[in-house]
Amino acid sequence: MRVLLVDDEEELVSTLAERLNMRGIEADWATKVEDAISLVGETSYDIAVLDIKLPKMSGLQLKKKLEDLRPKMKFIFMTGHGSEADFRTGAAEAGEAFYLVKPVGIEILVEKMQEVMQSEGKRS
Amino acid sequence: MAAPISLKPKFWDHRDIAAGPYKHLFNFRRIWKLTVLLTAGVTIIPLLFMAFIDYKVTQKATEAEIQFRTARLVSNTRRAVSFFLFERAAALEFVVQDNSFEALHDPVRLAELLKHLKEAFGGFTDLGVVDALGGQRTYVGPYELEGVDYSHEVWYQQVVERGMHVSDVFLGFRQVPHLIIAVKHSLPNGSFFVVRASIDTQEFNSLLFDMEVGGLGDIFLINHQGILQTPSRFYGDVLQKIPSPTPEFSDKTRVVQHESPEGTPLVVGYAYITDTPFILMICKHKRELIESWTRANMQLLGFLAVSILIILLVILGVATYLVEQLHTADQRRVATLHQVEYANKMASIGRLAAGVAHEINNPLAIINEKAGLIKDLFAFDQRYEEDEKLIRLLDGILQSVARCATITRRLLNFARHMDDSQVVPLQLRETILEVLGFLGKETEYRSIAVSLQVPEDLPELQMDRSKLQQILLNLINNSFAAMRDGGHLSIGATHADEKHVKVSVADDGCGIPEGDLKRVFEPFFSTKTKQGGTGLGLSITYGLVQELGGHIDVESQLGKGTVFTITLPLTQKRKGGEANAGAAGGR
Repeated sequence: MRVLLVDDEEELVSTLAERLNMRGIEADWATKVEDAISLVGETSYDIAVLDIKLPKMSGLQLKKKLEDLRPKMKFIFMTGHGSEADFRTGAAEAGEAFYLVKPVGIEILVEKMQEVMQSEGKRS
Repeated sequence: MAAPISLKPKFWDHRDIAAGPYKHLFNFRRIWKLTVLLTAGVTIIPLLFMAFIDYKVTQKATEAEIQFRTARLVSNTRRAVSFFLFERAAALEFVVQDNSFEALHDPVRLAELLKHLKEAFGGFTDLGVVDALGGQRTYVGPYELEGVDYSHEVWYQQVVERGMHVSDVFLGFRQVPHLIIAVKHSLPNGSFFVVRASIDTQEFNSLLFDMEVGGLGDIFLINHQGILQTPSRFYGDVLQKIPSPTPEFSDKTRVVQHESPEGTPLVVGYAYITDTPFILMICKHKRELIESWTRANMQLLGFLAVSILIILLVILGVATYLVEQLHTADQRRVATLHQVEYANKMASIGRLAAGVAHEINNPLAIINEKAGLIKDLFAFDQRYEEDEKLIRLLDGILQSVARCATITRRLLNFARHMDDSQVVPLQLRETILEVLGFLGKETEYRSIAVSLQVPEDLPELQMDRSKLQQILLNLINNSFAAMRDGGHLSIGATHADEKHVKVSVADDGCGIPEGDLKRVFEPFFSTKTKQGGTGLGLSITYGLVQELGGHIDVESQLGKGTVFTITLPLTQKRKGGEANAGAAGGR
């Protein structure tokens, strides 16, 4: 399983990527939208974990762009913000179960990733 | 409870507790008073003025009318009396001219003349001839008066002096009231004689008696000394002196007003009858004369009183109604302002809470990951696996992060429902727990025991979560305010019927007095104005429950506690354009 983590907090994504790697999940990370797009262009990821609030572009817009590049890719949203509007659109995009509020326990994240992979075919 | 019926409008005891933009714009009592005074003034004063003018004018006209009528009566009567006397004087004059002194000396001839006079004129009782020395030479009549000496009598001296005399009424030698008319006749030899005739006062009295003077009127003659010459209804019989002074001389008929001895106002008309000692007087009760005017006046006065009463009632009614409306509108305005302010405040708090939670969540996530990584490193490397102390420290960090996360998540959860109102599916139990979560610390510090009874099978509600949260928060806050430390709060929910749920919030606090129970949902009803209560908390709660399509009830026993019960539909009726989101606050 290859995973891309996108969050503007480098400390967070780098640590998280390291921990996932320890658990046998190949994880790359990006703190900028452009980096994320170029990484996706180069490599084929199974899942992208996106922050809703990113500099220059929202996580939802980024998801659309990445979907254009890799239609088969799955998404999990992770955010520190919990407004109703964010929640509803995020849940609609990724499914309510895949909208996580920070801080997220690593076990839960791994569990969700596996769920996403199993739900293959249900969502584009 | 049966409240006493009060006519006092609500605005009367209105006290302005708010300040700034929430201040009431009007002083209702002052407006009411001003309106009543002004409208009553401009309607009643002209009315009274007109009534007064009318009274004055008609009074003047009536007085003039009385004067005129009395004067006419006096003048007519005077003419009649005057004519009565002078007719008889002229008859005597004719007798004297037509008969020689010798012929008059003849008692037979004199008796014949008396008979003729009686027949032609009436009123004559006797006839006598008096010589220049004052002795009565011849006399015919019912009394024995021949040879009586009149030389010292006033009337005799008067007739000698003036040629003709009409006397006062007097008793004379015969001791019967009578008056005499005497005529002097000069003889060619320079001597003279006098013919005198007595006039029956009966005849004289009936002359006046026949005059129309009205029910309580009085008509009589007096002489210049004020002695009654004919009987008077008011002042007594002939030859008595009237108590009032003789009226001042006037050659014309005059009408004056004065009071009778008993104090009743009288209209008195009088006239001096020329060449006689008589003054004709007519007295009438003024009250009787003006009776019809008085009656008309009383009717007018009654009408005036009724009109004023109706005007006042209408003015009071209209003014009270309008000011009450103004008061209600202003109350509503102030309540709306409060609600808007509360809504804004809640939205601001929501945004602040969300912002803070978000900002904290990011570093919290970093701590979580870093600590997690350290733990991972230990676990995968197995280098520190034996070092239980380090593992415990890391677990401590991770547990604290989890605790922080619970708090921020709760904040976010609450805040994200605060600023937008949309109907979402929700579990009642969760919502209640969420609200209780906010008050967790307070319950702990005040050692308030909270029990929650929500059946597991309660269906999911379709409802505006923020409104439900605010309702619950307000009610629970209210209960907390009413309770002493160590009190019990019990929240229960039941499935009322297929389409409704019932939620009850019960406390064992101070309770609400029976008299206040009906008013607790009224805006601005507060028993805590001095402690800063606005009296809006429950009214806003009431409004919110209504917006959700439910209703709220309250039961309370003073000293034992209060139960608020809200009945909510499972699915909120959707309606657009709800401007006021509501508020949180005390009772």
